[in-house]
Amino acid sequence: MLGYIIRRVLWIIPVLFVVSVITFGLMHSAPGGPWSREKKLPEATVAALNAKYGLDDPIPIQYLKWVGGLLHGDLGPSYKYLDRSVNDIVADGIGTTVQLGIQAFLLSVIIGIPLGVIAALRHNGIPDYLATLVSVLGICTPSFVAAILLLVIFSVWLKWLPTFGWDSPANWILPTVALALFPIAQIARYTRASMLEVTRKDYVRTAHSKGLREGSIVVVHMIRNALIPVVTILGPILAFLITGSFIIEFVFSIPGIGRYYVTSIGQRDYGVIMAMTMIFAVAIAVMNLIVDVLYAYIDPRIRYS
Amino acid sequence: MANTTQALEAPAAARAKPSASLWSDALSRLLRNRLAIVGGVIVLGLLLIAIIGPYIAPFPYQSQDLDAVTLTGGPVAPFRGAHILGTDELGRDLLSRLMDGAQISMTVAMVVQIVVLFIGVPIGAAAAWFGGRTDSFLMRFTDVIYAFPDLLFIILLGVAFRETFFGQAMNGLLLVFVAIGIVSWVTMARLVRGQLLSLKETEFVEAARAIGVSDFKIVTRHLLPNAIGPVIVAVTLGIPSAILSEATLAFIGIGAQAPRASWGSLIADGQNYIRSQPHLVIFPAIAIALALLSFTFLGDGLRDALDPKLKGKQ
Repeated sequence: MLGYIIRRVLWIIPVLFVVSVITFGLMHSAPGGPWSREKKLPEATVAALNAKYGLDDPIPIQYLKWVGGLLHGDLGPSYKYLDRSVNDIVADGIGTTVQLGIQAFLLSVIIGIPLGVIAALRHNGIPDYLATLVSVLGICTPSFVAAILLLVIFSVWLKWLPTFGWDSPANWILPTVALALFPIAQIARYTRASMLEVTRKDYVRTAHSKGLREGSIVVVHMIRNALIPVVTILGPILAFLITGSFIIEFVFSIPGIGRYYVTSIGQRDYGVIMAMTMIFAVAIAVMNLIVDVLYAYIDPRIRYS
Repeated sequence: MANTTQALEAPAAARAKPSASLWSDALSRLLRNRLAIVGGVIVLGLLLIAIIGPYIAPFPYQSQDLDAVTLTGGPVAPFRGAHILGTDELGRDLLSRLMDGAQISMTVAMVVQIVVLFIGVPIGAAAAWFGGRTDSFLMRFTDVIYAFPDLLFIILLGVAFRETFFGQAMNGLLLVFVAIGIVSWVTMARLVRGQLLSLKETEFVEAARAIGVSDFKIVTRHLLPNAIGPVIVAVTLGIPSAILSEATLAFIGIGAQAPRASWGSLIADGQNYIRSQPHLVIFPAIAIALALLSFTFLGDGLRDALDPKLKGKQ
C-alpha cells in the first residue's frame, strides 16, 4: 500500500510537468502578448517592457525561469494588474474558491446520498420517480444554465436572494446550489444503483431472516456497503467542482481565483494562467489520489499493488 | 440440383440468423423503452430543424425588426404579435435564432463525434493489437489528458487562438471542433482498446490467426464489428457532452461569431436583460436542457438495448 501511494505521488510530477509545458507552450505560441491594447503602445515601450519582464528571452529559458520561481514559491508578476504579484492574486481569491467548492461538495453529499437511498428503498414508487427526475434534470442542466435559471427564479421573480457578490451568507446560496446540482444528481444516481445491488445480497437476506429491525438493516448492512462504490465517483466530482467553479464565479461575480482564468487567457497574463492551471491540476491529481487511497481503506477487498 | 442449392444455402442462412436477430432484438428492446423513444423523436426533430431550419424559420436569424424594438424600447416580450418567442434588444426573432443555434449545436455534436471515431477507434485498436510500447505510450498520454481538466484545456485553446486565422475559420467553429475533439477522442480510444483486448483472447480470433488471416483483416473484420455496440453507445452519450462543451464555450464568448447565435451565446447576451426580459435566457436554457436530455435518454436506451446485462447500472 505504501509503495502504491509513493508511486502515485511520484507519477503526479511528470503529469504536472507535461501539463505545465503544454499550457506554457500554447500560451506563448498564441499570437499577441500582455501589452496588446486597442490603442497600440509604441514599439520602444513594448520592447522595454518585454526586457524588464524577461519576455524577450527564448521561450524555453522563460519556462525554466518560471519553474525556478515556482520552486521558490514565486508565481511571478501579473502583467495585467501591475501592482500585484500572482501570489497576491491567488492569496486573495483562493479562500473564496475553496469555500465555494467545499460548500458545494458538502451539499451534494448531504442531499445526493439520502436521495439515492430513499429512491432505492421505495424502488419504483413515487419517491423513486421524483429522485430519478431530480437526478436526470441535474445531469442535463449545465451549471451555467442552472445558475441563470436559479437567478431568474429566486432573485428576479421571487426576490428572495441577492443576485451578485459574495459579501453575506445569502450570497452563497445560489452559487453553491448551482454548482452542486450536477454532483447531487451523479451521487444520487450511483447511490441508488448501488443500494439496489446491495438489496439482493445474501447478507441482507440473512439480516432480514434473523428478524433485525428494518432501520438497522438499512443503516448497518445496506448503506455502509452501498456507499463504497459511490466513493469512486468522488474524484471526478471534485474535479467537476474545481473546473465548474470558474464558470459559476464568472456568472455571479464571485471574487475567487476562477473568474480570472478566462480573462487572463484573453489578456495573455501568462503568470496568472500558469498559476491557475497548475493549482487546478494539482488539486485534481491530489484529490484523485486521496479518493483512491480512501477507497482501499474503506473496502478491505480492494488491494493495490 | 435444387436440393444441392438448398443444402448449401441452409447453413449460410443459419449463420446469418444470429447476427440479424441480435440487431432486431436490440431494436425491439429499444422500441419498448418509452423514454428512449421520446428522446429519439426529439433528437430527430432537432436534427430536422438543424437541416431545414433556415427554410422554415419565421424570420432570417440575423434580420432586425426595428419597428418592434422602437415600439417597446427594448427586447420584445414573447407570446405577443409576430415574434412568438419575442426578440432580443436588436429586434432579432428569438425563435429563429434558437433554430440557428440548433444548427450550430448539432453540427458541433456530429463533427466532434466523427473526429472521435476517426481518431479514437484506430488508435485504440492499434494500442490493443500491437500492445507493448504503442500501448503504454497511449495509456501514458491518456493519463496526462485525464489529469488536464477538459474544460480548462478547451477554454485555453479557444481563448488563446480566438483571434488567429485558425480561430476565425468556418466562422469560429473549426476551433471549437478541434478543441473539443482533442479531449474527447481519448475516452473512445480507451474504450476500443479495452473491448479489443478482451476480444483478442477469444477463440474465433485465434482460429482466424491460425488460418493465416492478416492482422489488418482480423482487426477490421473480426474485432471491430464485435465492439460496435459499446462504440455506438459511447458516440450517442458523447454527443450531449460535446453540446455542453460548445454551449459553455459560447457562453464565455468562444465559437460561432455574431450574428450567428449559439444557445450558449444567446444566454450570455440575454443575461443583460435578466430582470426585464428573462425569456431571453429561459428559452435557450430550455433548448440546451432538452437537447442534453433527449440525447442522454436515447443513449441510455441504446445501452440497455445493446447490452441488457448493463441495465440499471451506470
